[in-house]
Amino acid sequence: MYDLIVVGGGPAGLAAAVSAWDSGLRSILIVERDRELGGILNQCIHNGFGLTYFKEELTGPEYAHRFVELLGKTGVEVRTDTMVLDVTPDRKVHMTGPATGYRIEEARSVILAMGCRERTRGAIGTPGTRPAGVLTAGAAQRYVNVEGFMPGRRVVILGSGDIGLIMARRMTLEGARVLACVEVMPYSGGLTRNIVQCLEDFGIPLYLSHTVTDIRGDRRVEQVVVSRVDERRRPIPGTEMVFDCDTLLLSVGLIPETELNTRAGIELDPRTKGAVVYENMETSLPGVFTCGNVTHVHDLVDFVTQESQRAGAAAAKYVLGGAAAGEAIPLENGDAVSYTVPQRVRPGNVEKAVDVFFRVNRICGRSEIVVTAGERRLAAFKRDRLAPGEMEHITLPKALITGVTGAVTVSVKEAG
Amino acid sequence: MRELVCIVCPRGCHMKADDDLNVSGNLCPRGAAYAKAELTHPTRVVTSTVRLTGGTYPRCPVKTSAPIPKDRVADLMAALNGVEAAAPVHVGDVLVKDILSTGADLVVTREITEA
Amino acid sequence: MIDVLIIGCGVTGAATAMELSRCRLNVAVLERENDVALGATRANSAIVHAGYDPKPGTLMAKLNVRGCARTAELCGKLDVPYQNCGSLVLAFSEEEVGTLHTLLDRGVRNGVPGLEILSGEEARRREPHLSEAVLAALWAPTAGIVSPWELCLAMAETAVRNGAALHLETAVTGLERVGEGWLVHTTRGDFAARYVVNAAGVDSALIHDMAAPHEFDIKPSRGEYYILDKAEGKRVSAVIFQCPSERGKGVLVGPTVHGNLIVGPNAEASAPHDTATTAEGLDFVKRTAMLSVPDLNFGQSIRNFAGVRANSGREDFVIGFKAPGFLDLAAICSPGLTSASAIGEYAAELLKNDGLPMEEKPDFILERRRTRFKDLTPEERAALVAREPAYGRVICRCETVTEGEILESLRSPIPPRTVDGVKRRVNAGMGRCQGGFCGPRVVDILAREYGVTPDAIEQDKAGSRILVGKTKEAGADV
Repeated sequence: MYDLIVVGGGPAGLAAAVSAWDSGLRSILIVERDRELGGILNQCIHNGFGLTYFKEELTGPEYAHRFVELLGKTGVEVRTDTMVLDVTPDRKVHMTGPATGYRIEEARSVILAMGCRERTRGAIGTPGTRPAGVLTAGAAQRYVNVEGFMPGRRVVILGSGDIGLIMARRMTLEGARVLACVEVMPYSGGLTRNIVQCLEDFGIPLYLSHTVTDIRGDRRVEQVVVSRVDERRRPIPGTEMVFDCDTLLLSVGLIPETELNTRAGIELDPRTKGAVVYENMETSLPGVFTCGNVTHVHDLVDFVTQESQRAGAAAAKYVLGGAAAGEAIPLENGDAVSYTVPQRVRPGNVEKAVDVFFRVNRICGRSEIVVTAGERRLAAFKRDRLAPGEMEHITLPKALITGVTGAVTVSVKEAG
Repeated sequence: MRELVCIVCPRGCHMKADDDLNVSGNLCPRGAAYAKAELTHPTRVVTSTVRLTGGTYPRCPVKTSAPIPKDRVADLMAALNGVEAAAPVHVGDVLVKDILSTGADLVVTREITEA
Repeated sequence: MIDVLIIGCGVTGAATAMELSRCRLNVAVLERENDVALGATRANSAIVHAGYDPKPGTLMAKLNVRGCARTAELCGKLDVPYQNCGSLVLAFSEEEVGTLHTLLDRGVRNGVPGLEILSGEEARRREPHLSEAVLAALWAPTAGIVSPWELCLAMAETAVRNGAALHLETAVTGLERVGEGWLVHTTRGDFAARYVVNAAGVDSALIHDMAAPHEFDIKPSRGEYYILDKAEGKRVSAVIFQCPSERGKGVLVGPTVHGNLIVGPNAEASAPHDTATTAEGLDFVKRTAMLSVPDLNFGQSIRNFAGVRANSGREDFVIGFKAPGFLDLAAICSPGLTSASAIGEYAAELLKNDGLPMEEKPDFILERRRTRFKDLTPEERAALVAREPAYGRVICRCETVTEGEILESLRSPIPPRTVDGVKRRVNAGMGRCQGGFCGPRVVDILAREYGVTPDAIEQDKAGSRILVGKTKEAGADV
């Protein structure tokens, strides 16, 4: 019986395990499906990681390496090349690997840190032929950065998510021609600085309010057709542009990989598409915690680290001190807010304050983030600008939420 | 007056700089420094890969240890075609010192063991 | 000299090859693509129809009803995913209720067992997500669902295991009557055969015209589909049809044997191999399907595809000898998948009646098993991984497919050459991430096993390379 099994050895799982160790747990196992720890960071060879957490600019593999080194100073056990297939409600963890064999391990607590996957062509329903040369930006990233292969020479990128922007630069530096980046929304899905340093630096045009309306080519992509869309995201006939290309990269969103949550019967939030969590990153299944991109998709690994450290500490507290108690207050989405994490807060289990992460569902200029309980205004925070592509966060002191009955709502009011 | 977006951190400040390089709109001093550099001698850290022999992967990720002039990026990419590393490699290993006389070293960014 | 040469290794050609491989015959199958099942066989509704649609008295009616029973039996023997889920045809108006009675009457005359007309309430009791507007429904308990490409593969593998020769990437360019047989010209040389069987699907009229006077045209009809995630897979438990019209069997909503939901098709005239989807077609499918099942969640779509049916405009298949030693199994439109196994039996019978000696082999093998790690109990998994560690490494996360299963498929009678070939054999890449994670790993395994570099591996048909070259391959410029 382990004190804690961490499912996934990416940035979330690593930070959670180290933090649980530091909080006093001594029998911890990380199960990682890849051959090495580090998760997706290993293929994110660009820099820009760690500015918040380490106060310096690291590449993805370097950031992962920092945590692998920290882990090396603990007694945390690691099984790589091993995939978890099931976590039961009584925390039996089924896993399989060539060296591990098929095993069932029991744990007093579990942290789910499986990360996310990319949305695909099927999910967005792009019509046309189905040739080779249509792939997700992440798959292309693996081919180029890890395997050393080029997936194409003339590239159109659909979606302006960060991975797509990063791959626009990578493919260009490796000699490909990136013809366009096409975004269906009127604003970019990625960080502004990536628009600047990945597109503008290389003169790659960004077509906002456009989408790919046809893919042509029998065996390999030959052309894609790009059309302008109206405010309801419907293509406008007559606006078609044809690009001669051999590759279409998709960067159209990330989705938490919650297969294990579903199988375990853990409650999911249809907005984050991850588990509904309490203030301590605990799921609806007591003793099962979750952190990182399997919980909600982050844009900065630094925040994944911080969230995962909270989950690790909370798992330790659960094992050493018993289950969290007290009534929970639901956090609700007000104006312009598309989700919050956590979704529920037990004030009795909050030490000093609770960090609430959220995203807005539209671009907001100078705004006030308002926290209310019924008619009562609990707090307000000022921001110069909020964008859907950038996760926001506020800190609610324990005193503020103690004694509140009913729901607490987070809204964004744009200055008129 | 020039407008530019800061790329130093993910905040992405929208900044303005006048002809005398007085910068506004930046939320930290690094923004002003970036704006001045960008308008006089723009630089970038370059990340890429080089060929790796004998390792568990055929490529090894690398970066320049410091920003290099933006107009040398293409030269650097061409130079990387001629660099080959041998496994094992470790984070921080210097593959080329002062690459292309930019003052920056070419360093390994991932641990890769021998196959 | 080849006794019987079959042109085309879709489900019809494969079934025929399998039936003939029971006997001491020299059988060859020519397939122009790099794998079997690449035409209509891989892109259709994946349904085993009960047999109330075809006009009574037609060959189609007879082969459909026989095929429905035969497919169920074969799938058991050949380890092909099949489920006898039944089907419902919905009526939304009094006129359509009349159509249900016509279908019931046809079905009874065709010999379809167990047909029954249900009230709207009864239908909704069985299928709680059906529209409130449904007035009545025809229940057909013998209908089912199947993995179409695996059925084709299983029959083709059985044929090969029993001695038939499969020639991939061999396209027929001409047929010449020479003496008592045929000389078949192909892109890979000539083949001499006593009998030629035309199972060329959407190109069957072209092949026919090489051997016999023009008789029929194929009017290709494209159908577009959605595949929804397993989260939607239980929205219906039976196949839900709408009333047939002159345009086809209408848009259906059905479970798949892989646990997903299939929705489609429309029917549009198309070029013979045009399997592109269109925004209009997909939109039509979506809107029309929601008449049957209003709460379908298309947000769970994981893939769209289109298939081309080999329609001829006739109410029957074109089956029979059209020249000496030349047998058409042509214009196999819907319900071709259901009928295929019966068409194969019938083709063997026709050849026998024409004088082909059919001496059964005592050692004919009609059995096939493959490992499905996902379906094993924990104890079975543990034992398997202990014995063969490759079965412990999960390659496709969404469908829980292991490296062992992929290696096993590479040792099968018709080993996959491509990433999609692997997908059709072991389901890797069929799930919600559509190969995003496992694609590069499957490429690696194929490259390793075939001793080539990854950039030589193709996605699907010849010419569908995934990678175009290596990084850092240019020499240093500085």
